Amino acid sequence: MSAAIVLLTLAERAAASLEVGIWGTAAWLAVAIVAAIGSMSLLGMALVLIERKVAARFQSRLGPMRVGPHGLFQTVADSIKLLIKEDIIPEQADRILFFLAPTFSLIATLLALVIVPVSPTLHLVDLNIGVVFFAAVSGFGVLGILLGGWSSNNKWSLLGAMRAGAQFISYELSLTLCLIVAVLFAGSLQLSEVVASQADGWWIWRGHVVTIVAFVVFIIASTAELNRPPFDLPEAESELTGGFHTEFSGLRFAFFFLAEFINMFVASALAATLFLGGWMPFQVGGWDTFNSVMAIIPGPIWFAGKVAVIIFISMWVRWTFPRLRVDQLMRLEWKFLLPIGIANVLIAAVIILSGLYFFPVGN
Amino acid sequence: MTAPIRTLDDRIRPSDTPDSPLDTQEYFINMGPQHPATHGVLRLMLKLDGETIREVIPVLGYIHRGIEKMGEAMTYRQFVHLTDRIDYLSALVNNWVVARGVEVATGTETNDRIEYIRTIFAEIERIQSHMLWWGVLGMDLGAFTPFLYGFRDRETLTDIFEETIGCRLTMNYIQPGGVMHDLHPNFVKRTKAALAYSKSKLHEYEELLSGNVILQERTRDVGILSAEDAVALGVTGPPLRASGVAYDLRKVEPYGVYDRVDFRTAVGSVGDCWDRYWVRVEEMRQSIHIVEQLIDNIPEGKTMLMKPAKKIVIPEGVYYNQMETARGILGMVLVSDGTSDKPYRIHLRSPNFNNLWALDAMSRGGRLGDLVANVSSLDLVVPDIDR
Amino acid sequence: MTDADVPSPDEPAEPTPRNPLIEALIASSYGVTDDPLSGSNPGVRVPVENLYDLLAHLRSEPSLAFNCLLSHTAVDRPADGTIELLYVLQSLSTGQRLLVTCPVNRDNASAPTVCGLWPIAEWQEREVFDLFGVTYEKHPDLRRVFLDDDWRGYPLRKDYQDDFMLTPDEPKQ
Repeated sequence: MSAAIVLLTLAERAAASLEVGIWGTAAWLAVAIVAAIGSMSLLGMALVLIERKVAARFQSRLGPMRVGPHGLFQTVADSIKLLIKEDIIPEQADRILFFLAPTFSLIATLLALVIVPVSPTLHLVDLNIGVVFFAAVSGFGVLGILLGGWSSNNKWSLLGAMRAGAQFISYELSLTLCLIVAVLFAGSLQLSEVVASQADGWWIWRGHVVTIVAFVVFIIASTAELNRPPFDLPEAESELTGGFHTEFSGLRFAFFFLAEFINMFVASALAATLFLGGWMPFQVGGWDTFNSVMAIIPGPIWFAGKVAVIIFISMWVRWTFPRLRVDQLMRLEWKFLLPIGIANVLIAAVIILSGLYFFPVGN
Repeated sequence: MTAPIRTLDDRIRPSDTPDSPLDTQEYFINMGPQHPATHGVLRLMLKLDGETIREVIPVLGYIHRGIEKMGEAMTYRQFVHLTDRIDYLSALVNNWVVARGVEVATGTETNDRIEYIRTIFAEIERIQSHMLWWGVLGMDLGAFTPFLYGFRDRETLTDIFEETIGCRLTMNYIQPGGVMHDLHPNFVKRTKAALAYSKSKLHEYEELLSGNVILQERTRDVGILSAEDAVALGVTGPPLRASGVAYDLRKVEPYGVYDRVDFRTAVGSVGDCWDRYWVRVEEMRQSIHIVEQLIDNIPEGKTMLMKPAKKIVIPEGVYYNQMETARGILGMVLVSDGTSDKPYRIHLRSPNFNNLWALDAMSRGGRLGDLVANVSSLDLVVPDIDR
Repeated sequence: MTDADVPSPDEPAEPTPRNPLIEALIASSYGVTDDPLSGSNPGVRVPVENLYDLLAHLRSEPSLAFNCLLSHTAVDRPADGTIELLYVLQSLSTGQRLLVTCPVNRDNASAPTVCGLWPIAEWQEREVFDLFGVTYEKHPDLRRVFLDDDWRGYPLRKDYQDDFMLTPDEPKQ
């Protein structure tokens, strides 16, 4: 629903600026929807391909090589396969929820994607409460997984969904605490302002150790939120045969799959924006020549580079570590990450109130 | 009928409704026969309370082929071929059990060359079996990369089999009275190279998985099996040694040339998944050590002492002999009526069938994730359970 | 088919110095006789009435300590009208092995369970029940282990027949 509102706002804005009538608005709306779906699928397919290639390298093999040069079109072929597959709905399933669950997942992802600031111009919606918005919609995503597990009417799916519920709600706390640290330093909830506040230096350098801790906790918690190994308990293919998406096939499975990969991008983008300066180049105070050379590289490339590094780390972890057990997962959150997160926020507040920055901060 | 004969349905009837609405209700969930963690067609009925395991009921028979019945219609040489198909990762030891049973029963003496070849191959097969287990354990615990590493390194060893034996999995190489073919001229060179490679890879295994904090968390103090329970439950092989019982047939009843080599028996102390993991990794090292001692000293001699066309008739009696496969003690009860060249009855005491039942004792009270670790640490091969 | 109870006179490997374990068991009150057909392993035969007492003695006697039931199986001997139950006992502490054979009536095959002595017997007995139709008294969970619950007959009996069976060709002379 809110996705439609966002799209409508976009279309309205476009219509107003181009001075077209209602039909023009409708046309722009259609263009916006097609563009959103297209970019999402492209992004998802690219990420899946990268994941497979990276995994293959870690496992001393080549990965997809047959479809296109170096398997470039493998994920396109896979997507087409998923689209034309038979859509199986279990007889005992709750059909309405079974239909809604993957859609919820995808909508939550789409909503989170629109607030990502790629560059000063390429920033779809610059909400003044961008950080809060991200926290809100990422909580919405778990609804899709819970409903998916519930509606399948399968005990394994249900177990996966229950694990997902417990896991996502727990890790959301840590995630939000890390967001608060970043917001405290930046002094704004608006993502463009958060980026702008890092023009003199990224928060990960300037926030003493606090932001480094927050960054690490953010990466851990977001990996858990993203349902990626070593926190892939809701899926846990060797335990739960696929968990919440056991019964999903074809397009519905593709929705979950796409949502998962784009979520990974969004989380990495958020980490890059909040702690690594978003599209801001790497600047060192006093080194004017160095700074000007760095500034030549355009913002989107800086942004993409930072996101790529974080995604690579996430994949590295995924293909190296075994999976945690469900009680160990909870212990990690409630006994370690949450106390660290709370202490971190308090320390951050003290630092900001006393103004102990390494670098002078504008504003 | 003195005891009531029940069916599976009686066994998995859910318990009555709880007394108070706050009580949780136990439920049954079916794991397998198609499940990623059961490696084949093992079916487990789990009685769960939330995610806590209350009972594990294995349901067997999905790959029961009646090998014992088939054996009654076959000569001993023909039966060797069937034994490849029980525990396919210990095919050579399975062959060897039959061969040795027949040799002991007929009073045939083998020469040193045959025994050296048999021992070397059995140990190489133990290494490759444990390598595969190592990879599969990684995959079961959620780390996919070890799986591919294990298979990659196992290739070098199966290549050795392929060169001399001609087969990679179901070898049927060890026959009553000797071995099928003589060694390939490349065998010694190739084996040495493969052993050096395996040694370096064992180090990699340690770094990738053994020292990993998550693996340690997942395996330590999980699925503890005490020494008394292990013995009473008929557990043999690495799981028994992990529980602290240093019982290895290669040591206590040496066959082949195990009495001429120096090796240590890996023994655990707690009997948890980690000990079972560690015992197997250590066994890989010891097996490499055994082969290293033997590979340069293979004596000359004939490799087949019984004429292949000769009819083997075993004197009447019940013969039992046993060997240590990668998974435990494989025993063979051979009953002959003294007139036919076919066994009157042949029974295989399979290590997996007996190890499987310890799963319930190990897993009760643990989580679903622990059950997967336990299944993996027992290293079950389902065709050997069902036979 | 030879008679299993009567050892053939030209048995070559009759061990003249008997195993002291077997001597002691024969001297005991369990009606134990030596099993001359047990190959290289010491073996005894025992009537079914004394089976449980003998096995309990073997399990609990500290000097014997047969703490591991390696295998339990059966041999169908329709010529004698018996099914021989075979217990392969192993002591992991002394390293001794003993085969205990116990013939039971083929038509109404029944024996006491030894689950209480060795827990693994529960499943080994289920296997024998499944394939030979030997029922075990007081067995806690007597079900078929490999075959379906509604399977008819006991496949490892020599006279087992079903519609899917292939009969082996007669050997060409």
